[in-house]
Amino acid sequence: MEIFEHGQWLPLVFVILMGVAILAYVILDGYDLGVGILMSLASDDRDKDKMISSIGPFWDANETWLVLGVGILLVAFPMAHGIILTSLYIPVAIMLAGLILRGVAFDFRIKVENEYKHYWNKAFITGSFITTISQGFMLGMYIMGFEYNIYTVSFSLLVGICLVAGYSLVGASWLIMKTEEELQLKSIKWAKASLWLAAFGMCLVSVATPLLSERIFEKWFTLPGFFFLAPIPVLTGLLIIFLEFTLRKLPYPKDSYCWVPFVGTVMVFILGFCGLSYSFFPYIVQDKLTIWEAASSKESLEVILWGALAVIPFIIGYTIFAYRVFWGKAKELNY
Amino acid sequence: MDALMLARIQFAANISFHILFPSISLALAWILLFFKIKFNISKDSKWLDAYKFWVKIFALCFALGVVSGITMSFQFGTNWPGFMQTVGNVAGPLLAYEVLTAFFLEATFLGVMLFGYKRVSNKVHTIATFLVAFGTTASAFWIIALNSWMQTPVGFEMIDGKAYVTNWFEVVFNPSMLYRLTHMLIASGLTAAFLLAGISAYKWLKKDKSVIASLKTGIYLAAILIPLQIFVGDQHGLNTLKYQPAKIAAMEAIWKTQKQAPLLLFAIPDEKQKTNHYELGIPRGASLILTHSLDGEIKGLEEFKDNHPPVMPLFFGFRIMVGIGVLMLIISWLAGAQLLFNNIIKPWVAKLLVTMSFSGWIATLAGWYTTEIGRQPWLVQGILKTAEATAKNVSSEMIISTLIMYLSIYVFLIIAFILVVFNLAKKSIKLESLV
Repeated sequence: MEIFEHGQWLPLVFVILMGVAILAYVILDGYDLGVGILMSLASDDRDKDKMISSIGPFWDANETWLVLGVGILLVAFPMAHGIILTSLYIPVAIMLAGLILRGVAFDFRIKVENEYKHYWNKAFITGSFITTISQGFMLGMYIMGFEYNIYTVSFSLLVGICLVAGYSLVGASWLIMKTEEELQLKSIKWAKASLWLAAFGMCLVSVATPLLSERIFEKWFTLPGFFFLAPIPVLTGLLIIFLEFTLRKLPYPKDSYCWVPFVGTVMVFILGFCGLSYSFFPYIVQDKLTIWEAASSKESLEVILWGALAVIPFIIGYTIFAYRVFWGKAKELNY
Repeated sequence: MDALMLARIQFAANISFHILFPSISLALAWILLFFKIKFNISKDSKWLDAYKFWVKIFALCFALGVVSGITMSFQFGTNWPGFMQTVGNVAGPLLAYEVLTAFFLEATFLGVMLFGYKRVSNKVHTIATFLVAFGTTASAFWIIALNSWMQTPVGFEMIDGKAYVTNWFEVVFNPSMLYRLTHMLIASGLTAAFLLAGISAYKWLKKDKSVIASLKTGIYLAAILIPLQIFVGDQHGLNTLKYQPAKIAAMEAIWKTQKQAPLLLFAIPDEKQKTNHYELGIPRGASLILTHSLDGEIKGLEEFKDNHPPVMPLFFGFRIMVGIGVLMLIISWLAGAQLLFNNIIKPWVAKLLVTMSFSGWIATLAGWYTTEIGRQPWLVQGILKTAEATAKNVSSEMIISTLIMYLSIYVFLIIAFILVVFNLAKKSIKLESLV
């Protein structure tokens, strides 16, 4: 195989690593952004505190996956990094403002006097919304090949709004798993409400991508590829229906199956991500730049790869450790 | 203003905001470990109180550092796409190693350190504290390696305008790396020590006697680190003279190559007429300090044509840093002597310490401005000019609008941070009197 010569396989490995990092980010920061969004619906302060407690020990590490994802884009595909980030200059800046706001609000709110706390709560909620909408907007723009006109911008905004629903869904599923009693019941309601808007968003992206690019259209709708790929949308659809029914039945006695919505939602995200990556491959910038054209030198990629292979098992190991330490229902946080 | 200058201001604003918080947390992490171990051994609750109070400030610094750090990883691409395209093969792995070996470690164990106190054993909690400290230092190691490489690049070859690494050891341990790393680690130690001493003095002035443990830690740490820093700074200066003579010439505002160069205490450098006004200097001082000989020759700015950094910011940046260093020396030794001989500090010294709480920030920023502006017009010394690395498809208007947004957020957060730190200090006093 030609691909195994001259280190041609390296960019492929890195694009997979980057995909995994971005997917991990979307799921992990997705649930804590989602909790931030849902806080706008929570009425009393005890609920708000509990919601924050459920994500407190994790959000720092969750955001690190974003640094890793962008980091791999930066170090492994410097050409693409420049093009993508300068094309998304304004939405990136807005997203960063949102991330800054919510990240610090998180810490400030437990340290200030009670009378100021609700300002930081608001900052946390606003930051979560801003971050999510701009991330969805960037996804939309990425699909649209970075062309700015009234149609692409409205499409991207719509994707942004659907992503709010998507993150609310993971966030609510996370809360179903991590909370009890009234707050859990509320979370079930929130999950139900966001499920179908999130599903609509996925349809929107799935329909738009093949229509925009002939190359992608051919990939999906020619034989025999069609049969190999059909399971992705079919499974996604089934999972969404399954989630709907599960949410109607929850909560079960003794809180059994409280983890089902979260796992189901994560699977939906994974399937959606796989579909999207398959559409774009081998391009890293839609129909302009392939992963091989954008990649760094073979030597540098090798150096990073060995480091990554040595370190990633540890990262996974201690991440699991941290989740086990905070396993079970969220308790009050103080330090 | 042109897009280049705006992009520089924006990046400088972000990176300046960012460095404030790691410069505290880098050393504060080790100080926390010290408190923790002291408590483990002595079981004296004053150490635990110190830990519990300072871990809050640490968490705040950490969060501010993380969010402004994320901003930076994006701004490499939005502001300087040419940087990664030219030296990505060098910078990429260094940044990747930072994320892999440091970021995940510190971020994950920070959760355990902050919230896991009741969920894990004391031993695991101590280990988590250590791993966070280790992670922050590892992070500094990789970043300083990259920054130093940009100042003194070695271990690579240029092929078709792109850098390819020939020797990773040389890249990481490039000629200025160990000087800069030591200088920065001690700078962080001083920043944290003066914050520790300043806030403790503030509480002590409000009749809170329990803070004596952290007050002593802060003062002694500062008193020990400051002479070390002066020595390391001097060595770093000699290293810079060897590899980046233009930077030194600008720092000292020496326009013509000369032996017996004076050490200017004050002057107004005039970039147009290539001379200084209102000079006040010590004869032969610069020659003595930089070459350790009274007749040492120092290259003037004339030798570098227009490829030298702007003189004004370097001249004053350097003097602000050194000036604060001198103040730190006087105050920490004064306070240290009082502690040593009387076991207590006088109220006026305590007040001095309070005003010095954030002095480390100013010195650190002044020092970084000196060294980074001192690299201009190069982004990577001798390889890539800053002007060549800017984004071509980003307009001045876009930069201005985002710059205003970033600046207002930063100013707001710095004020909020300082207020919250003092407020936390005040609140913890109230608790003390209730008990």
